[in-house]
Amino acid sequence: MATIKDHARHYVRTEMLPEQAPPAGEVGMRKWLWDNVFSSMTNFSTIGAAISSILMIVLTLAVIALFWWVIVVLYKFGWQDAIWSGTDGSFCRPEDNKGKVPIGTDIGACWPFITNRIGQFMNGFYPEAERWRIYLTYIIGAPLIAGLLMPSVPRKGLNAILLFVAFPIVATILLSGGGIEIAGSTWIFWAVVFAICLAVLFGIQMATGAKGLLMSGGKVVLMAAIAIFAILFALSFDFGLPFVETSKWGGLMLTLVIGLTGIVVSLPLGIVLALGRRSQMPAVRLASTIFIEVWRGVPLITVLFMSSVMLPLFFAEGVSFDKLIRALIVVALFSSAYMAEVVRGGLQAIPKGQYEGSQALGLSYWQTTFLITMPQALKLVIPGIVNTFIGLFKDTTLVSIIGLYDFLGILDSALQDTNWLAPTNQMTGFLFMAVVYWVFCFSMSRYSMYTENRLHTGHKR
Amino acid sequence: MKKTLLAIGLGTAVSMAAATAAYAGTLDDVKSKGHIQCGVSQGLPGFSNADAQGNWTGLDVDVCRAMAAAIFGDATKVKYTPLSSKERFTALQSGEIDVLSRNTTWTATRDTALGLNFAGVNYYDGQGFMVRKSLGVTSALQLGGAAVCTNTGTTTELNVADYFRANNMKFEVVAFEKSDEVVGAYDKGRCDVYTTDQSGLFAQRLKLSNVNDHIVLPEIISKEPLGPVVRQGDDQWFNLVRWTHNAMLNAEEMGITSANVDEMLKSKNPAVLRFVGKEGSFGENLGLKNDWAYNIIKQVGNYSESFERNVGPKTPLGIARGLNALWSKGGIQYAPPIR
Repeated sequence: MATIKDHARHYVRTEMLPEQAPPAGEVGMRKWLWDNVFSSMTNFSTIGAAISSILMIVLTLAVIALFWWVIVVLYKFGWQDAIWSGTDGSFCRPEDNKGKVPIGTDIGACWPFITNRIGQFMNGFYPEAERWRIYLTYIIGAPLIAGLLMPSVPRKGLNAILLFVAFPIVATILLSGGGIEIAGSTWIFWAVVFAICLAVLFGIQMATGAKGLLMSGGKVVLMAAIAIFAILFALSFDFGLPFVETSKWGGLMLTLVIGLTGIVVSLPLGIVLALGRRSQMPAVRLASTIFIEVWRGVPLITVLFMSSVMLPLFFAEGVSFDKLIRALIVVALFSSAYMAEVVRGGLQAIPKGQYEGSQALGLSYWQTTFLITMPQALKLVIPGIVNTFIGLFKDTTLVSIIGLYDFLGILDSALQDTNWLAPTNQMTGFLFMAVVYWVFCFSMSRYSMYTENRLHTGHKR
Repeated sequence: MKKTLLAIGLGTAVSMAAATAAYAGTLDDVKSKGHIQCGVSQGLPGFSNADAQGNWTGLDVDVCRAMAAAIFGDATKVKYTPLSSKERFTALQSGEIDVLSRNTTWTATRDTALGLNFAGVNYYDGQGFMVRKSLGVTSALQLGGAAVCTNTGTTTELNVADYFRANNMKFEVVAFEKSDEVVGAYDKGRCDVYTTDQSGLFAQRLKLSNVNDHIVLPEIISKEPLGPVVRQGDDQWFNLVRWTHNAMLNAEEMGITSANVDEMLKSKNPAVLRFVGKEGSFGENLGLKNDWAYNIIKQVGNYSESFERNVGPKTPLGIARGLNALWSKGGIQYAPPIR
């Protein structure tokens, strides 16, 4: 009986075979396709499986056809039939008397309409000679925002002060031109406010005999007074920049001004309102609830319209209240009502044990809120917060009904230019605007995902 | 004013009281602030639209420029407030603007109940129809059974219904919210007829994929006299707006243009001399200098020049004078004499 060893020498190799590449079906694109695409449509073992496979095949083909159709339409409109140069609308308009585009040709995107107007789409009617001020504002603002958003950048506190206190003032001065006439009554108003603060402190000290209250409180009041008067002085100081009325602001710049103001104001205000609504104090709770429900119960377009049409009727004739500021206030208050409910949702998700635990540790209400519950709540509702931000950013376009030319409004205005009337301008404009909006909103969404992942500490599946 | 008010938003409501100036006559107010605040549309081809540099042009804009020329001798001293159709009257009533020149139809309600005054008619418009040439239609009376594209919730829709019923014709309405949608639907053949104000038809037709396949029918089925509007109760200002328009018409009638107005200063014709301010004190009576009309014509031009520049046959809109020709040339534009 032959042993394995006997036979072995006849066929057993002595050297190792070189490694071979895995079978084609197990790696790369093919495996991925088989695992993810074809596996669901190749199972014909039972009648049920066969039906579902056939259904999958049909759906897949339909989706591919749909994608293909969209790509073909976009390619044809945006590239193949597009018009790339021209100095007025007649280049994009088939008219045999002009002869620039033969009658009967399909006309695609009219790109010269965009290139001709790009400065206006970005900056509105802001005078061209002064547009460097807008760009300078971007150059100052962008690193501050980036610095705050990137966890690796140090000195977050200083950064936040620069971005939320100094930057708005610098931006206001740069964009409007500064040299804002501040009525004498404004100075007096603030002087009176600070005087009252000091008097109250003094009164309390006298009544209770708490020593040093006037000294320590007085320092705070004095610092606030210096800050306020410095701001008023900075705004009223004439830097020699020509004044640009807000009615000339427009385009993407206006959208960013309204959007960012709304975003920056709505989060803190929303947090305050959310806490107010959950407060034990009936007056605070009632006031917060009424505020939230009133603003949420009215469409933004109505409030904007009221601010633009009704408000002037309450003032004496000849008094006008800057339209943009009206819109900014409305948008900020409106979005903070929504933000309040998002934050409240987060607070409700915090288990009672967290509150009880922190009370047991002897933490005060504010310590509980800002050390224990609020950080957890905010982390939970990041998607909701960013959702509100994105909605707000896109809602800013409603200001066009009160005659402000935001990014989309400026397109409507450009479409009515007698020299640029042409069949496809509207579609071209919409395509361009959609891409820009998408870039902004998608970046917000990606940043929110990144923050969620960075902060997730175990609740996530 | 704007500057002060920016401050309100930045801190206090207190300065509001300070900003409340006693409201004098509009003319004095305008003279002291150094410009006219002019309410215009957010964009209507040929009437008020902004070009790529942000300069406003148009027939309605020229009314404000002419007023600035009359008051300051400088047609550029105008600031424009673009207004939506909904907020235009409030803006005027609240004093946010000094004059509203925004293709606004003069109607009884607006003239009486709203506390406004129409100072004249700078464009006689009316609702018209556009059809495909291939239909072979030459009159609106042949449109029985047609599908009509129009804007929702406007008087256009009601006018069409009235017109077809009055002429005992059947029709079907295909209505959309925005003009661009209406044009699109008409262009794709969803309806046979496109109806809106005639001036609008001429503008919108340039958005069609083949302009030359369409004609505008001669019938006009509604009266839409468009003109500048001021607040009631300030007769001096009202007169100024009215006579600015009249001056442009009179200049056309007398053949005074921006090109020859300097020669006209040496004219022998007493009517011309009165016009350019060499005789009489017509400017002073309006509260202006006597060369007010000269400045209007020098800087803005007469009515014909304004029309030809903004909407006339040489522009992309290509609108004929029609009703807007002078009374002596078959139209109804008629201005009382300056004397």
